[in-house]
Formats: sequence, structure tokens, C-alpha cells
Amino acid sequence: MPRRPLTLAAAAVLLLAACTPGTETADDVAPAGQEAKGSIEFWHFFTDREAKAIDDAIAKFENAHPDIDVNVTAGQDDAKMLQAISSGKGPDVGLSYSTDIVGKFCSSGAWRDLTPYIERDKVDLDQFPETVRSYTSYHDRRCAMPFLADVYGLYYNKTLLAQAGYTAPPKTMTELADMAKKLTKRAPDGTIEVAGYVPLLNFYENTPQHIVPGWDAKWLTADEKSAIGTDPQWAAMLKWHKDLVDWYGYDNLQKFTAGLGDEWSADNAFHKGKIAMSVDGEYRVAFLTDQAPDVDFGTAPLPVADDQADRYGAGFVTGNIAGISANSKNPEAAWALIEYLTTETDSIVGLSNAIKNVPTTADALASPDLQVDEKFKVFLDIFEHPETSTTPPNASGPKYVEMAQEYVNGYLSGANKDPASGLKDLDTRIDQALELGR
Amino acid sequence: MAPALIGIGVFFLYPLLAAVYFSFTRFDLLTVPEWVGLRNYTYLFTQDSVAGKAALNTLWFVVILVPARMLAALLTSMLLVSLKRGGGFFRTIFYLPALAPPVAATIAFVFLFNPATGPVNEVLSWFGVDGPLWFDSPDWSKPSLVLLGTWAVGDLMVIFLAALLDVPKPLYEAASIDGANAWQRFVHITLPSLSPVLMFAAVTGVIQTLQYFTQAAVAASVASGTATTGGGISSTFGYPENSTLTYPLHLYVSGFRYYDMGYANALAVVLFLVAFAVTLVLLRRFRAFTGGAR
Repeated sequence: MPRRPLTLAAAAVLLLAACTPGTETADDVAPAGQEAKGSIEFWHFFTDREAKAIDDAIAKFENAHPDIDVNVTAGQDDAKMLQAISSGKGPDVGLSYSTDIVGKFCSSGAWRDLTPYIERDKVDLDQFPETVRSYTSYHDRRCAMPFLADVYGLYYNKTLLAQAGYTAPPKTMTELADMAKKLTKRAPDGTIEVAGYVPLLNFYENTPQHIVPGWDAKWLTADEKSAIGTDPQWAAMLKWHKDLVDWYGYDNLQKFTAGLGDEWSADNAFHKGKIAMSVDGEYRVAFLTDQAPDVDFGTAPLPVADDQADRYGAGFVTGNIAGISANSKNPEAAWALIEYLTTETDSIVGLSNAIKNVPTTADALASPDLQVDEKFKVFLDIFEHPETSTTPPNASGPKYVEMAQEYVNGYLSGANKDPASGLKDLDTRIDQALELGR
Repeated sequence: MAPALIGIGVFFLYPLLAAVYFSFTRFDLLTVPEWVGLRNYTYLFTQDSVAGKAALNTLWFVVILVPARMLAALLTSMLLVSLKRGGGFFRTIFYLPALAPPVAATIAFVFLFNPATGPVNEVLSWFGVDGPLWFDSPDWSKPSLVLLGTWAVGDLMVIFLAALLDVPKPLYEAASIDGANAWQRFVHITLPSLSPVLMFAAVTGVIQTLQYFTQAAVAASVASGTATTGGGISSTFGYPENSTLTYPLHLYVSGFRYYDMGYANALAVVLFLVAFAVTLVLLRRFRAFTGGAR
């Protein structure tokens, strides 16, 4: 009897070797001019109204490529894609909502290097802004193409601003703080009824990621170590927020934000006039038009630090990305789909019009068919601004961003006291954590 | 015996050995694991401050939530036993919360305890009490989850109820004749009779709480106000200020959000060892408590 468990254990150890993944692929690229055919799996994360727009785009692709059959699966998130690819399955083409996966998917080979296809088909990468090119590749390995982009700016409620005597949005952080105070309305007991601006950095889209471009604060050094503790802009950014949080009272803000509707529901506080100014993505224009047509609002670039007035107009950009799985049995057809979705002007313009995200190519941005009003135009301009930035891709995904966010939240609540030593300690912890995933 | 061994081998032994092996590797699910020796354990015990915080949070739940649930279930079942009539009705009422899906129940609790719009603070304000921030406060988020846990004790309650009804009546009668008061009858008759069931509740409660995940994840996500964000639910785990980040949540985030699957396995191995040790200690204490009779 004692031998049996041993045999089982030995079998288990052997199985271990069999059950670990291998995502190395040979990038065999067909010669130019050969038409791809066959069927491919396409996973994306959209649902409902937006998924319908994707279906329409796929139908157009199939019309243009009658020999390719695309099976679409909607509502798939990155964790599912990761698990599917690791078990040797998964889609030929994956569409992700987040650039967080680029570092890992590129460096591990989970998504194929697209360079051979790009070179063969002479795809001009200069049609994408430099920042967009940077968030779709990692260590010179281009494993993703940009699908549509999300650009962040400032939304302001024109009615509330007019009541306080303002006709234009703030351009500097000092102006933002002053206006926030003047626009805030409190009940006699001190409870916040309307906040001019919520300076917490874990509220809706108000996160360090989206706001630090206003200070031009850097995340990582060139050798992928934390730059947070050594870049003085971080301390400036923290001080600005802490001053405003203290003006409101941290507990007052917590109580106020806890009573607001969910960000993604029609009860979003900006829709309800509970917040006068708010950081958000370009997609909020469509939500407001759809769910709160009575709100008179305007859009503007993020305010910048007082001594960086020349950078006004820049902001944060991130985007949806598409790549070909290492397991793809039909990479040629998969590339045909990606090339169509990410570089074909008609397709990009159609999708941008349908789901109100920012198109990524120069031709699509200039297309007369792109439906642009003055509110949406603000985001197109931010997108094209040379100083617009993003969080650099990393093999540990969003780890460094979230560690910074955790520290910042603790600082604003008063739990983390001394920012000078706190940020230095954060650098050490981020470097150790990133080393773990290298 | 053979089919059982296959089951144990495939569903217990293999995953266990795999977890131990992966815990010594750098593994991201996508590439072949690379042996790194004790690297993951060094990081866990000397560098990862979040793991320490997560472990303390989980320990907090083990120390507070498990006894709180046992106490609530015991009191409820004793109340039901003492009822002269309507026992069936109240038994159903008290059991019902256990049937509520944890996700739905948690969402409902976060809404009920919303500091600005929830009815709980509204009622408290009638009595001049300025209610806390509940799920939005790092000090109150864990106690709020304990309230949720003690609300849904129907599972434990029915077990305690059955055990209470099993206590031989003559023991109580004899004790009463000897002049024992209610407290003495509880300590000397009820508790010893219930001890196997209490032990069962303690052991399973500790093991379940070491794996406490769903309620903490959902409460954090809903309270943070970005419940359906496209960035994936795991970005809100721990809200507010990592006060609800339990050890298994940290494990999940490490593995599936940061791709440190080798490290996540190290976390899992440590969790397994702790659960195993705690169970052993509890069983030993229990044997000592009952004089080794069981």
C-alpha cells in the first residue's frame, strides 16, 4: 500500500511538466499578396449597445473578406483571455480594454509579434501618435495594435459655473482649487451638498493615473524603476490634493461621495449636478447625451500646474488594443482582421461614431465622416497634443500604478503622514515588486 | 479504494504538489516556469507589506467574525428552542438570510449602510447618533462585514438547533432539582452537550474565514462607487485603504492581475499550512477539552 501514494506523487510531478504552458511560436508569415481565408475566433469585452457596433464592423469586414469567417464572443475580460491562452486555447484575435496587459502579453509571447506582418503589408505606424505607439509595444516588441483610444479631460457644469460667476473652465491647478471652493455648496451643518471638485484620488475617474499629466509627473525611469520618489512633481501633486481635501474635510468628502450614484449608472454625480467639475473620459459625452440631456456642460483639457502653463492642452490617453494569440491556428486571417479594425479609415470612423471613442489614426481623425461636435473635439485635440502621456507598459501589469494609488489614498486620508519618506519607501517597494515579475 | 485514490490524486494531491512546485518558480501562466528557489517566500516574508496587511485583515476576521457568527447562531437557536409557539415560523425567518446569494446580500447591505443615503444612518440620526461611514471607512468596513456575517447565520443556526434539541431533558430537570440556576444549567449542561457541534462550527468557520473572499470583494467594489468599471473588478479590492483586502484577495490579485502566479502559489502554500496548523491545534484543544472521549 505505501507504494501507491508514491506512484501517484511521481505521476503528479510528471504531469506538472505536461501542464505548464508553452507559448513560443514560429512567426511564419505568408508572402505578400496572398489572400487569407478560413475561420477565426474573436473575443472582445464590449457588451450591449457597444457590442452591436462591433458586430456591425465585423459584418463589414466579412463582406470585404468573403473567405474569412469570424466567430465573435462578446463580454470577455483580460483574466479570461489570460487563462484561455495559458491552457493552449483562446481566441485568434483578442481585444482588450486595457493597456495594462501589453507588457506581459508582449514579453511572454502570449500575443505574437506583429512586426513581420506590419513590414510585409507596409503599414505606416507613424499614422498613430507616439504615445499610442508606446502603449502598444513593449521592449521593441510590437504585439498589439491600437483599436480606439480613451482620452481624459475636464467636464464642467456650465449652469453651476455661471451661478458662481464663471464663464470659462480653470486652466491651472490654482484656478481649479479656487473655483472648486467657490462652487461648493454646504448645508448649515457642514454637509457637502454640491462639490466644486472632488479631490479624492479613488473617486470615479479621478485617479493618480489620469491626473498626473497635469503636473507632468513621471511614473518609471527608463530602466523601469519607480520615479515617483525622485520626481518633485509627485510631491507637488500630493500637496495640491491634500490641501483641497483638508479644506473639505476628509470625512465630509467620504460621506459625500458614498452617497453619490454609481459612476456607470444614470445616477452618476455629474449627471445629477452634484459635482461642478470632474475628470472623465471622452465617452462621458455620449453617456451625458443619452442619460442626462438636460445638463448644460462643457469639456476642456485638464488644468496644469501653475508653472507649466505652456503644457495646457495635454492630458492622459489610454486605449483598447488588439493582438493575435500565440495559439492562433490562422494568424494570417487574424492579422487581416486586426489590420482592418485598426487601420481601415471607414471602419475606425464608423466605430468611433457608434461608441464615441477617439479614433487613433491620422486619416480617421481628419475624416469628414467623423461626427465631431465642440465637446468631443476637445478630446481629439488632447489626443493629438504632443505632451499627452500614458502610463508606461510593464511586465507586472498595473502593479506600480496601484501601489502608488494605495499610498496616495492613505496620504489623503491622513494615514500616511510624511510624504518625503513615504514616497521614498514607495519607490523601494515598487522596485521590489516589479523585480518579482521581471 | 482505487477510485477514491484516483480522486484524491487528481483533485487534491496533484494540485497541492503543483502549487508547492510553482511556489518556487517565477511563473506567469504564459511562459514556462523558471526555478527561483526561495525568492517568492523571501518577498512574501520580508518585502511585501500588502501581504502583511492582508494577513492581518484575515486574522481579524478569524478572531472576530467566527466567534460572532457562532454566538449569533447560538443565541438565535436558544431563543427558538425556548419559544412555546411559532417556532416553525421564526425558524424559517431566521434561516432565510442564509439562502440569499452572498453577492446580492452584500450589495443590499452596502446600500442599507450607505452613510449618506442608507436607512441605517437615517434611523440612527432620529436618536441623535451621527452614524459612521460603514463600508466607506477603513475603521468600520470590517465590522460592517461582520454585521453582514451575523445576519446570515441560518446554516449554523439549524445545526445548533438540532444539537440543542438533542440535549437530554432529564439532565436539566435533575440540575434544577439540585438548585442550579439558568446560567449554571447553560454552562454545565448545554455547553458540554453542544461541544462537538461548537467544535465543528469553529473548525469549518476558521477554514471558511481564512478563504473569505466574495463578500469583501463585492462590498469594496460597490462601496467604491465604480462597481461596473471596465478595468475589472479586482482594481477595487480592498477599498477603503486596503481595509477589506483579505489574504485570498491579495492572492488573486497577485496571480491574475499582476501575473505573479509563482508568488500567488507561495501565498497559497502558506495559507494551506496555516489552515492545516490551525485545524490541528483546534482539534487537539478539543480533545483536551473533552478528555479525549471523542
